[in-house]
Amino acid sequence: MVKTLNRRKMLAGVAGSLTVLPLAGCGESQGMRNVLDRAESLTQYAQRLLLSRHSLAPEFTEADISPDFRANGSTDPDDPAYVSLAQSGFKDWRLETGGLVNTPLSLSLGDLRAMPSRTQITRHDCVEGWSCIGKWKGVPLSEVLQRAGLKPDAKYIVFYCADSLDEENGDKYYESIGLSDAYHPQTILAYDMNGAPLTVPYGAPLRLRVERQLGYKMAKYIMRIEAVSSFRRIAEGRGGYWEDRGYEWYAGI
Amino acid sequence: MSTQLEQTSSAPAVSAGVPQLTYRHAVIVRVTHWVGVVCIAILLMSGLQIFNAHPALYLGQGSDFAHPAVSIGTEQKNGREIGVTRILGWTIDTTGFLGLSGKHDGDEHAFPAWLTLPSYQDLAGGRRWHFFFAWLLVFDGLIYLIWGIASGHIWRDLIPSARQTRHIGRSILDHLRLRFPRGEEARHYNVLQRLAYLIVLFAVVPLLILAGLTMSPGLDAAFPWLAPLLGGRQSARTIHFVCAFLIAAFVFVHVAMVLLTGVWNNIRSMITGWYKIKPEPAADG
Repeated sequence: MVKTLNRRKMLAGVAGSLTVLPLAGCGESQGMRNVLDRAESLTQYAQRLLLSRHSLAPEFTEADISPDFRANGSTDPDDPAYVSLAQSGFKDWRLETGGLVNTPLSLSLGDLRAMPSRTQITRHDCVEGWSCIGKWKGVPLSEVLQRAGLKPDAKYIVFYCADSLDEENGDKYYESIGLSDAYHPQTILAYDMNGAPLTVPYGAPLRLRVERQLGYKMAKYIMRIEAVSSFRRIAEGRGGYWEDRGYEWYAGI
Repeated sequence: MSTQLEQTSSAPAVSAGVPQLTYRHAVIVRVTHWVGVVCIAILLMSGLQIFNAHPALYLGQGSDFAHPAVSIGTEQKNGREIGVTRILGWTIDTTGFLGLSGKHDGDEHAFPAWLTLPSYQDLAGGRRWHFFFAWLLVFDGLIYLIWGIASGHIWRDLIPSARQTRHIGRSILDHLRLRFPRGEEARHYNVLQRLAYLIVLFAVVPLLILAGLTMSPGLDAAFPWLAPLLGGRQSARTIHFVCAFLIAAFVFVHVAMVLLTGVWNNIRSMITGWYKIKPEPAADG
């Protein structure tokens, strides 16, 4: 009895995976997408089990720094407001922090540089497959969040950026992370790269580093931070620019 | 399974010139085999899709973009575009297959559209297929492995016997002459078959999984020894690719052997379990 049950279950599993095959040729249906998306939850769940809140991404030495760090995504935003900020050396740029916080903040680069900092030499892993090693200095995101004070229903931190990768529709880049990554010691808002202020191709004046996830999570050209309880109502509702275009929200693999 | 084996082994020897049916594959072997076929096909094709997003392989932790170990792309030659594959300093014109393929060789894909899943360039889609079927293969493999150990299948059917090991030279010669076991010998996997299955199951696949996991920035944080063990994340990506290539090569040989040694008999045995043993040729010719 037990044997036949197992057998039936297994055969059902085989049949289930075989039925998806013909769909592969004609693009994915929404139903198919939902089935395949279950693997993402499983990956996230498994990695959450294996990763303690504090496990650190590997850090490297100065000698390991890549001489040719590839700039990914946008490398030269054409947003007029951003262009004029860049022309004046970002002296009028402010990082706005709002949403579900007790004290909304508006911080200049000088304010951020005056806060406690962390320097780390880490490997940047692009979803495409390549890796580069760079040295980043910035203020831990946790410092900014502590100063603003999160309200109890805040669950995600959203980063709004100045760049739009798609010139046709002008959708702005944005990203979101959960609180365990937001308070992770290596999660920093970086203003220096390899010992010098961030340049435009790498996300000046401020970019995110989330070292335990892939490169597309690390938003560049950050203008505003918002604490939210859900990202369902932002843009397409999947939590980020690339997430809205089919990539995983949890980019730990 | 074990009772079946006892039945067949106590059955009269196959020599009377009459084909005999033997129960060769347990239901777990058959089911996990076919689930594995689906998973491996999808993993190979979606893996090539992922590779196409950055068609170059490196050694070490980071990518030395100017000096990849392997790369696939295009270049100009005599005023026209050709597809090229570069391996450790060698450059090969692979127009029509790698680099440039499709109608009038107009598609700039590293691997051609007919080999990738989805066929069009879609890294996000390729990743979704890859990770879903990777998980399915993990469960499939675990069921096979746990059952294989508990039932004694791996020890009994996969580890070569001392007698088989002694005659390995003879087995290699027989294979080269396309002369395959008949009669009593055909009841069991032969020594080369056992070694091939063992190497794939316990060397290539584990290394491939380890290299795949090493590419995950999350797991590299959970297990800091992982990337150094394989020589860095980019080395791990290269190892993952090489192991996948070895599995593709195994599949190629495996299917060739299925075709050469009786395609319907082999396929029936992997579906129903029952395998027909050809009698030994009569001694007097």
